[in-house]
Amino acid sequence: MTYLFLQHYWWLIVSVLGALLVFLLFVQGANSLVFSLGNTPEERRLVVNSTGRKWELTFTTLVTFGGAFFASFPLFYSTSFGGAYWLWMIILFTFVMQAVSYEFQNKLGNILGTRTFQWLLVINGIVGPLLLGGAVATFFDGSNFVVDKMNITDGFQPVISHWANASHGLDALLDPWNLVFGFAVFFLARILGILYIINNVDDDTLRQRCRRHLLYNVVPFLVLFLAFFIRTLFKDGFAYDPATGHIYMHPFKYLDNFIEMWYLTVLFVVGVVLLLYGVIRSYLCESYVRGIWPAGIGVVVVVLSLLLNVGWNNTAYYPSTAELQSSLTILNSSSSMFTLQTMFYVSLLVPFVVAYIAYVWWSMDKKKLTREEIDTDDVY
Amino acid sequence: MSNLLLDITTATIDWSRAQFALTAIYHWLFVPLTLGLAVIMGIVETCYYRTKKRFWKDAAKFWQTLFGINFAMGVATGIILEFEFGTNWSNYSWFVGDIFGAPLAIEGIVAFFMESTFVAVMFFGWKKVSPGFHLASTWLTGLGATISAWWILVANAWMQYPIGQTFNPDTMRFEMTSFVDVALSPFAVSKFTHTVTSAWIIGALFTVGVSCWYLLKNREHKLAVESIKIASIVGLVASLLTALTGDESAYTVAKTQPMKLAAMEALYNGGHDQSLTAVAWVSPFGQADYANEQEPSFKVGVPYALSFLATRDFHGYVPGVNDIIKGYTDHSGQKQPSLKEKIARGQTAIKALQQYRGGDKSPKVRQAVADNIQYFGYGYVKNADQVVPNIPINFWAFRVMVGLGVLFILFFLVVGHVSWRRNIADPKWRWLFITAIVLVPLGYICSESGWIVAELGRQPWTIQDMLPTWAAVSDIGSSSVILTFFIFLALFTTMLVVEINILFKQIRKGMEAPQA
Repeated sequence: MTYLFLQHYWWLIVSVLGALLVFLLFVQGANSLVFSLGNTPEERRLVVNSTGRKWELTFTTLVTFGGAFFASFPLFYSTSFGGAYWLWMIILFTFVMQAVSYEFQNKLGNILGTRTFQWLLVINGIVGPLLLGGAVATFFDGSNFVVDKMNITDGFQPVISHWANASHGLDALLDPWNLVFGFAVFFLARILGILYIINNVDDDTLRQRCRRHLLYNVVPFLVLFLAFFIRTLFKDGFAYDPATGHIYMHPFKYLDNFIEMWYLTVLFVVGVVLLLYGVIRSYLCESYVRGIWPAGIGVVVVVLSLLLNVGWNNTAYYPSTAELQSSLTILNSSSSMFTLQTMFYVSLLVPFVVAYIAYVWWSMDKKKLTREEIDTDDVY
Repeated sequence: MSNLLLDITTATIDWSRAQFALTAIYHWLFVPLTLGLAVIMGIVETCYYRTKKRFWKDAAKFWQTLFGINFAMGVATGIILEFEFGTNWSNYSWFVGDIFGAPLAIEGIVAFFMESTFVAVMFFGWKKVSPGFHLASTWLTGLGATISAWWILVANAWMQYPIGQTFNPDTMRFEMTSFVDVALSPFAVSKFTHTVTSAWIIGALFTVGVSCWYLLKNREHKLAVESIKIASIVGLVASLLTALTGDESAYTVAKTQPMKLAAMEALYNGGHDQSLTAVAWVSPFGQADYANEQEPSFKVGVPYALSFLATRDFHGYVPGVNDIIKGYTDHSGQKQPSLKEKIARGQTAIKALQQYRGGDKSPKVRQAVADNIQYFGYGYVKNADQVVPNIPINFWAFRVMVGLGVLFILFFLVVGHVSWRRNIADPKWRWLFITAIVLVPLGYICSESGWIVAELGRQPWTIQDMLPTWAAVSDIGSSSVILTFFIFLALFTTMLVVEINILFKQIRKGMEAPQA
């Protein structure tokens, strides 16, 4: 294994985790619709209990995504989290509130009331996907930071990376294209959430309502996503010379990446087809409840192809708009060969982990959630 | 060029430390109960699996309900800690991320997924999976939490005792050279065993405390008696193991962090034949005058015990704060440089790095980096006060921890005897019931005291001798950190109040009534 192979391998692993995270945002998507899908307290409880059995997976994937980034590309961890402080803090605050909302909302002694915690789920459902989407969009559009490792030898100000303005990441939301992608992810999460509820909850009223809301969310998603995607294909991208590490602007970089890495284009197209198949069939066919699977797999594949596009083929995955040469690439921001190699062996556990998650998911979801279960069983 | 734009102030450093301390202390309110109660409810459910008696199932579900309420808070407060390394300690993240990131990633892949997958089966799977699968899920939830503790403590141990790394001047960071050294460091082993067994004590104290409350109220007799029987054994075994591992932990500290041990003991001037301080007057108001005082007033000690604890020799040499500052020869005969020498060598390392980054990559410069890098962090130090941790806090926290630890051993001996040999449901044990309830919050105080010793004792280092806090921090304005500090304080405190109220209500409701 060469160092270069390991750097590409770890970008693949991080991208897979990122793609799975976007799929698992169905939890947030459905939660953002708690009050739209659930007209009665019982219906809202159905929605909450349905996502409540999966929220830990989303949460864990987010944490593991962060951990994997830390282990494999620590300079990104250092620069993005330390620089875009407020962007990440707001995301984290909403996830903190989400974590207790399930457990607390219907328990005796909840002094804040059920609706408070349901609203916290809604806030996390809106803000989480929106800001995570906005953060990912900066991979294509750049962020305002400077990295200078020489600063470590400065006795007074030894910090190597800093944000070049005082907003500490909130400036990302001033870029309309970041917002476009953020809202695209937000609507995508809602689509996935709806498809998940259709599959997981055995209730005709709720399923009918879900199908209606599917349309409301698919249209804005397609418009926003296509706008961002088409614009990205035709904009200048951030490339680097692998021999010197010099970073430069490259016209149609992301389009070229799709052409040169044709297999990513195939993945992307397959993913889009699967997503559309899952959505359209779920909308048109009332007896079809498995739309979350083709759509979910499609989302994983599409996001994976986008993240690989922005990290492979000599592309700077975390570009700096403040100082181009500070941009992060998989070469200049990765861990050492030894660490990547050690972590390579650890990553061989991932298929085993995925296998037991799939088995448990299947075991738990064989019997769909019903109103009877909400009334009689162990529930939130 | 870019460092002209930086604005690191002492306020940023102090508030970043305060925020990390706040979130870590909150997180550690919930983790020990998760680890401890996991063992108790695993045993209770195993009893159900073996006997198929309805009582054991109801008992398991009762403890699992309390576990769930606490678990949610542990998860909520835990996510922040991982990301704070990036948000508030960005320099640290780069400087040692090559080593430190790996345990965190492994924790996520190996432990968190296990925990989060099987906890859902434990809560909601009673009618969906077989009893065997359910029992396995309950144990795997606890195992996942314990494996998680292992990896985060490996990471923490590396900060206290960095091992298995080398400095790379081309990348300007430390890089891992031996994963085995990092993952199986003696510091990690003693830290893990001490921490996890202490968490079992909390689980046992909580179980006995809740059960005794029922006995005091003359209700839930069977649940209370059977739970006390199980918890007393878990608690006794755990408290004895904690004492044993605590001794090993202190021995490791003595070898690798002598300043921390000196602060724990308020030992200003060391020597041979040192006694272990039982009590002494160390004013909690402000830093001790270590440079001028000979020793704390009213000191009563156990003769030779500190020498034995630190060196396994009753006559062994233990350095005090001033010895460490002036330089000394340790118990193994090795000469330890003075602070002045360490600062000079740290500055040499920094200067050599400047030359190296400036283009002079000659063997001489490389050698200067290699020879002095172990004292790199001292290059940022200006005076002795900066490297002496807060002595009063360490001194008193250590005594609170050890004192309460001894009390718990006695308590579990008594409660074990009464529950297994006598009728503990008899109202004549009222004093024992009240004692058990009082000991629950004391268990938390003991546990938090341990962390205070571990973390404040290594100040000012984020990584021992390599990186002081002021060189590890992110470039964020102090106002931002102050704001997030108070948001966390408000958020976590509100959540804690709600959680405690829910816990009390669930306990009052008891086992017989259907769960909400």
